[in-house]
Amino acid sequence: MADLVLPAPSVRPASGQPVGRDPAWVRALVLILVVGFVGLFLLAPLAMVFVGALSKGVGPVLNALVQPDALSAIGLTLTVAAIAVPLNAVFGVCAAWAVAKHSFPGKAFLITLIDLPFSVSPVVAGLIFVLVFGLQGWFGAWLSDHDIKIIFAVPGIILATIFVTFPFVARELIPLMQAQGVDEEEAAATLGANGLQTFWRVTTPNIRWGLLYGVLLCNARAMGEFGAVSVVSGHIRGQTDTMPLHVEILYNEYDFVGAFSVAALLCLLAVITLALKALLEALEPRETGHGL
Amino acid sequence: MAYDRPDAPERDVNAGPASDVAAPALTSGRSAAIALDRVSKLFGRFAALRGVELEVQPGELLAIVGPSGSGKTTLLRLIAGLEFPDEGRILFGDEDVTLAKASDRRVGFVFQQYALFKHMTVAKNVAFGLEVRRRNRPNRKDRNARVAELLKLVELEGLAKRYPLQLSGGQRQRVALARALAVSPRVLLLDEPFGALDATVRKSLRRELRRIHDATHVTTVFITHDQEEALELADRVVVLNQGRIEQIGAPDEILNQPATAFVAGFVGQANVFDGEVRAGVFHAPGMSLPAEGVADGPAQAYVRADQFAIADGADGVEVVVRRVPPSAGLVRLEVDSAGGRSFEAAVMRPERGPVPAAGDRLRLKVAGGRVFPSRS
Repeated sequence: MADLVLPAPSVRPASGQPVGRDPAWVRALVLILVVGFVGLFLLAPLAMVFVGALSKGVGPVLNALVQPDALSAIGLTLTVAAIAVPLNAVFGVCAAWAVAKHSFPGKAFLITLIDLPFSVSPVVAGLIFVLVFGLQGWFGAWLSDHDIKIIFAVPGIILATIFVTFPFVARELIPLMQAQGVDEEEAAATLGANGLQTFWRVTTPNIRWGLLYGVLLCNARAMGEFGAVSVVSGHIRGQTDTMPLHVEILYNEYDFVGAFSVAALLCLLAVITLALKALLEALEPRETGHGL
Repeated sequence: MAYDRPDAPERDVNAGPASDVAAPALTSGRSAAIALDRVSKLFGRFAALRGVELEVQPGELLAIVGPSGSGKTTLLRLIAGLEFPDEGRILFGDEDVTLAKASDRRVGFVFQQYALFKHMTVAKNVAFGLEVRRRNRPNRKDRNARVAELLKLVELEGLAKRYPLQLSGGQRQRVALARALAVSPRVLLLDEPFGALDATVRKSLRRELRRIHDATHVTTVFITHDQEEALELADRVVVLNQGRIEQIGAPDEILNQPATAFVAGFVGQANVFDGEVRAGVFHAPGMSLPAEGVADGPAQAYVRADQFAIADGADGVEVVVRRVPPSAGLVRLEVDSAGGRSFEAAVMRPERGPVPAAGDRLRLKVAGGRVFPSRS
């Protein structure tokens, strides 16, 4: 918020407002609106989660979190994120690299495709996987013949999570890589570097901050995804329940302390992710150039 | 990969080893460092280069000049292997490199916007070409020695530990030059090397490039849109226009014997006068010029500003001086002729008497110039 607070003008010429500065009441109004909006829609719910969880003290919270089903949900969420995020980081870098540094027919279409998971409702995304891998789906018969379970099992949850979080890394990197152009890569090529050397020594160092940023956002979403995962999971307690799904189950069972406890842990993970992101932004070297 | 080989053109002929293909159409006595043999390049339907023939001699400093869009950057990128021709061959000595990747050509390329590796120190930038080498990679000690030697050559000894963003534009371009020279390139290619620099730095770097070239004798091709830069710096100048070579020659030849009207207009920044050729002589109001070999009929004379002189007698073009911008050396005159034409002349400072001033009426005689038939 600090940078939203405009300093009071110390010098004000009698002739009127300094150019480009809005009247005080406008600034005050905008500020109140922003702070009010952020408070009402972002901070208050977040606070309520913790308040709800801690309403009966710390003991019940810890107790709720060490229930076998809760522990299993936490484990599953972390596992899914640990698989989906690295894969999407690799896919994202590849996609961004292809789109930003090369031109090929169908490039515009590919960019649109990358955005698809953002524009499609997560529930629909989940349904797509059910239709493809479910018993009645394209591969359903083959999969059940070979005793491979994807839908209503962990692989389905991972697939759905990958689908939903696919755009984060690519979207973060495409504008960055486009702005950087191919000059440095071409310079590396003329100096005798092969494609792989160029990628590791020249391209990667230039995108590492953007990549970390994208990975963190991707991670936050991967841990929190509900809709798509809900469709493919089957809600088997202790087996295919992720943290967001577990919150819903507990809530529907009127176990409010339990629901809020798991929700609070989920929020905490998200807040830690965002804090890491903010830290990275502060650490990122600016264009003034004092190296790294 | 864009910088590898995006779309190697289909070629069934000429792809064999250099020994069993015909020599390039134009051959001088010794083997050229670089030869372009009828090279064409299309971007979509736009022809960037059309049948370019060019030989670069070993150790020479060659300038390519042309207006923007003339294909000069494309020509340089083809030599570097950053683009590939649709037709024709590119030879380095006897070796056909037409389809060779940039990384296999051992060229030094200096980009207009430097293209330094931002996350590496100056020393690391310069050492890059040595460090990525897969064969004959020099050891650390030799690499450091080479880097030190190159930084000395470009006069940046104290800045090895700096990052590119901490350097001025001129310093960055010197780093880029050192980095390109580190790989002992067979040819050094510079794409508008001074384009992004201010006038003073430009001038000093120009001299610097000439000094470094004379010290290293590396075959060098550089691009510029500044004809003055080309004439001052290069051993030979290539004038490119709309994807074709208009003229190749020594700076003096390009300036004084322009082969085409375009060269006269672009390199000499000549004034153009409409007139008529009769029996090998060009006639226009107040001027006549020898025009050998030009057929009778309408023609245009290309006269550079410095080819005018103030006339004593009654001959010459009658003009009114509009403005005399202050200048050292020759006196620059912006004048309007009786026919309503405005042009620029640069005449000797009179030994006696006043320098012409705005409003003066005088006569200018034409001491030189080239005549080309009018384009219909």
